Amino acid sequence: MSKEVLIQALADMREEEAVGLARQMVESGADPLDILDATRAAMDIVGQRYEKGEYFLPELLLAGEMLSQISEMVKPLLAKTQAAKREGKVLIGTVAGDIHDIGKNIVVFMLDANGFEVLDLGVDVPVQKFVEAVKEFQPQVVGLSGFLTLAFDAMKETIQALDAAGLRDKVKVMIGGGSVDEHVRAYTGADAWGRDAMAAVNLAKQWIGG
Amino acid sequence: MAAQTRMTPDEKREALFAAWMSTEGKPFASPEVAQTYQRRVQRIKDILQRKKPDQVPSMLLIGAFMAEYAGISQADIMYDYVKGPEAVLKFHQDFQPEYQVVLTYPGRAYDRVGYTLYRWPGSAIPSQALPPHISFQMVEGEYMSANEYDALIADPDGFCLRVFIPRVCKALEGFQLLPTFYTVTEMPFLTFLLGVSGAPPVQQAFQAFLEAVQLTGECLAAYGRATDQLVTQYGIPSFFGGFTKAPFDFLGDTLRGTRGVMLDLHRWPTKVLAAVERLTPIAIQMGLQASALGQHPIVFIPLHKGADGFMSREQFLKFYWPTLKATILGLIEGGAVPFLFVEGSYDERLDLIAESGLPAGTTMWLFDRTDMQNVKKFFGSWACFGGNVPGALFYAGTPQEMEDYVRGLVETVGQDGGFFLAPGIVLDHARPENIHTFLRAARAYGKY
Repeated sequence: MSKEVLIQALADMREEEAVGLARQMVESGADPLDILDATRAAMDIVGQRYEKGEYFLPELLLAGEMLSQISEMVKPLLAKTQAAKREGKVLIGTVAGDIHDIGKNIVVFMLDANGFEVLDLGVDVPVQKFVEAVKEFQPQVVGLSGFLTLAFDAMKETIQALDAAGLRDKVKVMIGGGSVDEHVRAYTGADAWGRDAMAAVNLAKQWIGG
Repeated sequence: MAAQTRMTPDEKREALFAAWMSTEGKPFASPEVAQTYQRRVQRIKDILQRKKPDQVPSMLLIGAFMAEYAGISQADIMYDYVKGPEAVLKFHQDFQPEYQVVLTYPGRAYDRVGYTLYRWPGSAIPSQALPPHISFQMVEGEYMSANEYDALIADPDGFCLRVFIPRVCKALEGFQLLPTFYTVTEMPFLTFLLGVSGAPPVQQAFQAFLEAVQLTGECLAAYGRATDQLVTQYGIPSFFGGFTKAPFDFLGDTLRGTRGVMLDLHRWPTKVLAAVERLTPIAIQMGLQASALGQHPIVFIPLHKGADGFMSREQFLKFYWPTLKATILGLIEGGAVPFLFVEGSYDERLDLIAESGLPAGTTMWLFDRTDMQNVKKFFGSWACFGGNVPGALFYAGTPQEMEDYVRGLVETVGQDGGFFLAPGIVLDHARPENIHTFLRAARAYGKY
């Protein structure tokens, strides 16, 4: 019962109610995985409403806020049980020379909320750091973000470096941000480009499944 | 001054256009150059009123490309006042654009006030400096916290002076200690103001400010010689006279930051509304002051956080548009021409703006990714518009693609006048041949 109410409160952006409800559930000894299930179900609804054009940045960001507050509560309990199942791995970062991160952070949050294990390398990420991280983290998908047009060259160089390191056919590369479009995709050699966070989620789902 | 206040908005705008077009104080190289200059200003006046000029004007917003093309670094643009102005001259000499948009960035002055809101190449703060070839970028952040709304709303100028400036200008931290300037209203109170300002941190802040003013003057003089030369040698008018922002963007871009302001729409909606209303007269004044000083009507307004995808139509109508509209009307009232740069897209806004009753023939709109057929449909009868040539086409397209795109725009949305050609973004990186093709195609296909 309270799980359904939590899902609705989260999905409808009733922050105080949702966080309060989650706290009550934690305090009354509810299964933490149940609470996480509820957040997951709520994020599905948020994602759908975003895709339908009912929700926008304020709602995505608030969903992220509510989710992180609830995760903080649940995390200490979760360590004793088990980690949530993950769909696949996505490596992401803003390319060299560009320090913009708002768009990338929203993509990271939406991928995470949709069950992907995301490694975020941050902003102004050198080409070589992407290459090393692909080797170590072994993602199925690499997301390159950039707001400035100078990011196009950095994206291209990053993808070429993955190629040179023999890693290009092991990953799918998606790009996004600023004025990225099909021209830029072709120029950089990425597999796909996306306009928003749900496009990134859909590409990852399409490539990885889940 | 008294005569000016009695003028109607239309008369004020006429006077600003007349000043912009005037040849007085502009020692043109020849009567032909003066004619070229005046013809170019006239085209803007024509399209503003939805008329067909002799040909479609084209304009370029140039960013990092200016230095890149001249083979100098982005740091040089901000620190080398010989190489920087030379790059400005070279770009305009080689491409011969119809208008100039030259912004100046006095790096040493920014260093002197300890500005931390942006990072740029050559910055005196090593941890803030970007590599020399990388252009300046804003640092996203929450520079005003959510519990400071009441302070901002109570006294926006005081909040800026004593709280925001010390936060983003490290060398001006002493302004925190400044008493209210209303102390000037009584002689003994004035003593208090001047006395408190004697505290070392305040004196140091004023000292830093004064030195930054002088450093800015050197930069402006050097670039001003170049931009004046573009006017007198080539007849290239300066496109903008002033600048301001939407009140919501003042709040969202650098006070609360993107994340902060978007959360606030749900958490404290009434505070957001009160804040943007308080910022509206400031937005109007900023635009009108620069326009009046430069005796030039066009006021540049880049639009950020209200774009499609950022917020819903309902949120746009509630939080973004009313104070932007009030700003636009305030500028028009003062004789200025609001030039709105719609970054991203406004496909979900065009009808709302069209229905809001802005006066016809008073505004200019530069679009980025918005569908231009829709723009024509909703704006065609009352506003001047242009833009939409994709930045990616300048960078990664072929000259043929560029030519086709320009031709397509002129033929499908520009055929009835009230239209200008422009890229949808500020050009940081581009293939020179694509810029040449853009300008050539504008002249070739833009004849009416």
